[in-house]
Order: sequence, then structure tokens, then C-alpha cells
Amino acid sequence: MKSPPFSYIRAESLEQAFDLIDQYGEEARILAGGQSLMATLNMRLSTPKILIDINKIGGMDQIKLDNDKIVVGALARHTKVANSSDIKKYAPLVSKALPHIAHQAIRNRGTFGGSIAFADPAAELPAVSLALEASFVLQSRNGIRTLPAKDFFLGLFDTALKKDEIIIAIEIPIIKDDENYSFMELSRRQGDYAIIGIAAQGNIKSGIFSNMRLAYFGAGDRPLIAQNAINILEGERHTAEVIKAVEESLSLDLDPMDDLNGPASMKMHLARVITSRTLAEISA
Amino acid sequence: MNDNINISLTVNGQKISRNVAARTNLVDFVRYELELTGSHVGCEHGVCGACTIRVDGSIVRGCLMLAAQADGSKVETIEGLSDSNEITDLQNEFHNSNALQCGFCTPGFLLTAQELLENNPSPSRNEIREFISGNYCRCTGYQAIVDAIEKVAKKRNN
Ligand SMILES: Cc1cc2nc3c(=O)[nH]c(=O)nc-3n(C[C@H](O)[C@H](O)[C@H](O)COP(=O)(O)OP(=O)(O)OC[C@H]3O[C@@H](n4cnc5c(N)ncnc54)[C@H](O)[C@@H]3O)c2cc1C
Ligand code: FES
Ligand code: FES
Repeated sequence: MKSPPFSYIRAESLEQAFDLIDQYGEEARILAGGQSLMATLNMRLSTPKILIDINKIGGMDQIKLDNDKIVVGALARHTKVANSSDIKKYAPLVSKALPHIAHQAIRNRGTFGGSIAFADPAAELPAVSLALEASFVLQSRNGIRTLPAKDFFLGLFDTALKKDEIIIAIEIPIIKDDENYSFMELSRRQGDYAIIGIAAQGNIKSGIFSNMRLAYFGAGDRPLIAQNAINILEGERHTAEVIKAVEESLSLDLDPMDDLNGPASMKMHLARVITSRTLAEISA
Repeated sequence: MNDNINISLTVNGQKISRNVAARTNLVDFVRYELELTGSHVGCEHGVCGACTIRVDGSIVRGCLMLAAQADGSKVETIEGLSDSNEITDLQNEFHNSNALQCGFCTPGFLLTAQELLENNPSPSRNEIREFISGNYCRCTGYQAIVDAIEKVAKKRNN
């Protein structure tokens, strides 16, 4: 199907983008990589009157090291993030997740900020952001606020982003020396949205887990942290009993839905499988 | 509001200026406006890869990018890559290996394979499969496509 008619304006600066948002309000949509928005337009799932293209706003696609964090511009495309040596070194969990995001032609256009704003519950980067305790830098005409990932995702495709705000950057704390990480995803075809997946990072010193973060995607209406499992792991070693308790606790935190991939019960089962594999990998 | 946009770009090396409806996507633009019908249109939501086009050196989904966004860009289609002989070896090997039947998916596969071999001159079969995962072929079963790309990689390395 073709998209319905709409108008198009290219914003050359954030200021101009805010002016356009003011002017057109609810009728306008921000266009970043277009890899989700254009698809929904072509399927006529949304009918904005005007697209505000932010791709040409300068400097918003940079990846920079800033003391103990790495700052990724919202317009950094997936391919650029995947090829960044700083990301490989300081946020290796992100590098591990990226090849699972769609396919090369889509990664060449899709952006980090767009993935966060779109907030697909089966997408990789929202869950990775939770596991890394990343924050999102949101700007409007009234100023800038920085929101932790855990306060950003509210529900199905629903976020704390206000109508007049643009995500300008993602701030990721750099990995610490005594931290380890793992990423696993099950999908029908390489690059498809996940059936279920996990992004995990935390401290593992002398075989003892602490400050673990287990974040799941495809496991509910939004990316989810398994807090009960995390509490069980704190201060423990990787033993059969601990892993069993973790697996059993997952149903308290995860709430997968039936969909074309299969029933919720199958996804809960798969969540347990990838959790035990992930924890084995992290503690190895 | 701009319902129509003036754009200037190069397509297969030729400078082009046109006035396009804002909603026109890049693949419809090259097919209907420029009559370059080698890029195909399948799903129109990013899943099949039939619409693959190269913009500023990287492959994109022609159905998920607006023609308006290609203003100032260097656009290359299967016609351009054929005429410049950049992918003649891939085309010949697809033919020899029976890597196409109806040919609907082939332009997309050729552009994708070319980007793979530019980034990774000696891909494993697994890496080839991963890289072409975004392109659907309803005829061949993929095996012959992977064969063809693997053979070209080996030949180019000699
Ligand atoms: C076939 C296919 C498969 C895919 N598979 C996956 C997958 O496996 N995993 C995955 O994570 N993604 C997948 N994607 C989606 C892809 O990663 C998108 O690039 C991403 O979800 C959206 O990023 P974008 O830059 O393209 O945003 P757009 O499509 O331009 O925008 C998406 C939404 O976010 C808003 N928005 C964008 N940027 C900003 C910003 N800076 N500030 C405020 N609002 C903003 C837009 O207004 C729009 O509502 C797939 C897409 C396709 C077509
Ligand atoms: S027509 Fe563009 S991906 Fe199918
Ligand atoms: S050859 Fe027919 S779809 Fe691939």
C-alpha cells in the first residue's frame, strides 16, 4: 500500500524543529530513519499531516566519550553504532545486540533515537538501555531533561516522551572492569523482531553475582527488568539451586503475550532457557 | 506546508532535478518518474528487499525512504551498477549457479551481495546468509544464491 498524502519539511536545526512542532502540534510527526514510521505510513496505520525530517540537523549523530559515560547522538544510525570502536570497547553489550536489529539496508537508515522513541516491546535497544542503566536526553523549547531508561518506557509503544520533546542523545555508563555481559535472542529469521530476548550485565567478582541487570524484550508490553530474579542473584554464586530459583521467579516479572510466534506459555519457557544460558555465560 | 518538493540529485551518475509529491518514496520515484524499473516493489513495508537501492554508497529500502530525503544524494540503481560493470561477475555467477528463476528478487540480492563483498571480501556461508537475511526469494530456496555469492568472493580474491 502507498502512504496517504502528507507534507514534508526538513528542519535544519533543533530550533526550527521546535518551531514546526509548535506550529503543527498533533498533526506533525518527527521523521528520523523512517524505518518504522514509513512502514506504518505505508500500511496506513498512522496519518500525520506533516513530517518534520530531523536527519539534516547537524551534530546529532556523533558518538562521544564523556568521562564515565559514552554519549550516542539520537541520529546515530545502527550501522554507525555497530562500527564504532568506542561502543565495542565501552558498551560491548550494545555491539552484541546490533547485528540482531533488522537487516543491513534497514540498519543503514534506522537510528538509535528512533528505536528508543518507537519503543517496540520486542526491540533490542530499549532492553539494552535498561540493562546498561542508560539515560535519554530529551529536549524541548523549554529546556533539557535527562530521564533514566527505567522511567521512560510506560506501556505498549508508550513512553514518557512529551509531544514537544525530541530525543537528542542516549547516555550509557561505560562498562566497569569487574562487570560482564551477555545478550541472547530467539527469532524466526536473522534480523526479525525477537520472539524473546535478554540483555544482561552486572558485576561478577570471584564467582559472586552482584548488581546484576536482567532486561527482557518480547516479554511483555514494554522492555522489562526482572527485579525478583536480580534480588535472588545478589551475593550468590552460580549454582543449580540459584538458577532454578531465578527461573521460577521469572513469571513474577515477565508477562509475555500470545502472538504469531506462539503462545505466552512457550515464551515463558524460552525466557527461562535463555536466562540460564545467559547466566552461565556471564559467570563462565 | 510543502506538498511538493523540488529535489536535485544524481541518479546513476546523471544530474536530475524534479518536483515530487512529498509522499513519493524513492523506489516509486526511480520507477515511475525516471522509468528505471529494475528496482522492484514488493511489500512496501521494509520486509522483502525487492526495492533495494544504493544511496550515498550504502543500500537502503527504497520503499522506506522518501524521494525528498534523497535531495543532494548520489543514488544508484541496478541499471547503474549493470552499466558500469561493477557487478558483472555477480550477474554472471547468479546466472551460472541458477540463483534466479523469476528474477523479481534478483536486483535486490545483487546490490546486497555487492555491499557484503565490499565490507567483507571473504565471508563465510553463514555470514552470507546473515547479510542477505533481509531479502526474500520465493523461487530458489536461497542455496544457489549463497553458492553464487561465495563463488564470486573466491574469484575476486584471486
Ligand atoms: C523489516 C523491519 C525489521 C525490523 N526489525 C527490527 C528489529 O529486529 N529490532 C529493532 O529494534 N528494530 C527493528 N526494526 C526497526 C528499526 O530498528 C527502526 O530503525 C527503529 O525502530 C526506528 O528508528 P528510525 O530512526 O527508523 O525511526 P523513525 O521510523 O523515523 O521513527 C519512529 C518513531 O519515533 C519517533 N522519533 C524518531 N526519532 C525521534 C527522536 N529523536 N525524538 C523523538 N521522536 C523520535 C518518530 O516520530 C516515530 O514516531 C525493523 C524495521 C523493519 C522495516
Ligand atoms: S518493497 Fe521495500 S522491502 Fe519490500
Ligand atoms: S527468483 Fe523469483 S523471487 Fe527470487
